[in-house]
Amino acid sequence: MKKIYFLWLRQIKRYLRSRSRIIGSLGQPLLFLLALGYGFGSVFQKAGEGNYLNFLAPGIIGMSIIFTAIFSGIEIIWDRQFGFLKEMMVAPMSRISIMIGRTLGGATVATAQGLIVLLISLLFGFHPYNWALIIAAVPIMFIVALLFTALGTMIASLLDDMQGFQLIMNFLVMPLFFLSGALFPLQGLPKALSIIAQLDPLSYGIDALRDLLIGISYYGLGLDILILSTVTLVFLFLGSYFFKKIQI
Amino acid sequence: MIKVNNLTKKFHNFVAVDNISFSVNDGEIFAFLGPNGAGKSTTIKMLTTLLSPTNGEVIINGHDPVREPDIVRRTFGIVFQDPSLDDELTAWENIELHGVLYDVPDKLRKERAEQLLKYVDLWDRKDSLVKEFSGGMKRRLEIARGLLHHPKIIFLDEPTLGLDPQTRNHMWTYLKELNKNESTTIFFTTHYMEEAERIAQRIAIIDHGKIIASGTSEELKSQTNTNSLEEAFLALTGKNIREESASSTDRMRTARHRWRR
Repeated sequence: MKKIYFLWLRQIKRYLRSRSRIIGSLGQPLLFLLALGYGFGSVFQKAGEGNYLNFLAPGIIGMSIIFTAIFSGIEIIWDRQFGFLKEMMVAPMSRISIMIGRTLGGATVATAQGLIVLLISLLFGFHPYNWALIIAAVPIMFIVALLFTALGTMIASLLDDMQGFQLIMNFLVMPLFFLSGALFPLQGLPKALSIIAQLDPLSYGIDALRDLLIGISYYGLGLDILILSTVTLVFLFLGSYFFKKIQI
Repeated sequence: MIKVNNLTKKFHNFVAVDNISFSVNDGEIFAFLGPNGAGKSTTIKMLTTLLSPTNGEVIINGHDPVREPDIVRRTFGIVFQDPSLDDELTAWENIELHGVLYDVPDKLRKERAEQLLKYVDLWDRKDSLVKEFSGGMKRRLEIARGLLHHPKIIFLDEPTLGLDPQTRNHMWTYLKELNKNESTTIFFTTHYMEEAERIAQRIAIIDHGKIIASGTSEELKSQTNTNSLEEAFLALTGKNIREESASSTDRMRTARHRWRR
């Protein structure tokens, strides 16, 4: 337990020390809130869908979580290239505990990043319909963070170096985000797009956040949580499976 | 302390380590030499639970690294060829994390960490981030860290690569003292033959995955009719330069330098 705690702590320290990373990773959500939130506001209103910024904010929170989480998972590649992974691998502890400590740390960091974006969106005029439910949104954010950190770990275990990173950004992370309903309502989508959105775990994360923050849900909170937890467990399992097979 | 019987490691069709056997006695300083790509690092990885052998058997202090990895891991400390510190943590935090991972009790951990950091002259830099350290400082920190849990064996994979003579000398003085006082077994690789000649009590030379000679430096010299270990080494392994394919680590390093600029 203590070992897992220290590995968790290591991730937190690394996060707090890389201020440029924190600030850098806030640029994109800020831009989305500003350009899309205000830019599409009047069109969205005219279409009778209400306040776009309110609709968008949970999506952007989800975006910052998925980006930070997948990146935290992928950081294993750096640990491996710069050697620290070897130090962990020769220590008398199971690989599962290494994976758990790192994943919890990465997920905590991603959740923190999501909360920062939540605060920023409040400054932009985001209005949660019930302030108390923000508290309930935090565990959802954490599950989403855990899911994608585990996915990042799995990918990192299969890759040798950072060469494939662009590929993953463009063909995995970006589609996961853009097709998740983070930016648009899931109602009335073309059939194909709707099916893709249903296969995207982030859809359920953002849907759950919308339910708790603005009281709108497409799938329903119960189904969201069920699917999120199941997929998280599957990815944690796969992540540890592939992590165990890493050879240095 | 270390027993290796008919150890083999194959990667696909390539035989990196080919049926080698040797043993290292308790409290011995043992040098494992060979040209690049001869199988040194692969052997060390098998001895230290990082790779499992294709064939053969390893016994470290009475335990098998494959079947009882955690017991074996507590037995040894290791200084890798490449740095294995966390750059974003301070020297103290790196040591502390190591102590926790090896179950060294809190009080003992603090005492030993202080003592070791003082010994490697890093005590006043203990709160600096490792990324601010020079190569030599990192090496010293790694040695301090590798000794924190008082291992019975210490593995050093080219520990003096890129160090100045002062640091090298300081490091070996400490290790020899440790070997004398605690009878810690030392297993090291190096490309500096005079270092091996001066420090190792026994030497094994590996080439193309096979052990081609072993014994004291004197024995190797008389076997080959040469005057120095370097000549003996060249007589045994030939003068051809070995090619090692660039590993992903090398490629990564190039990339990192490019980004930093």
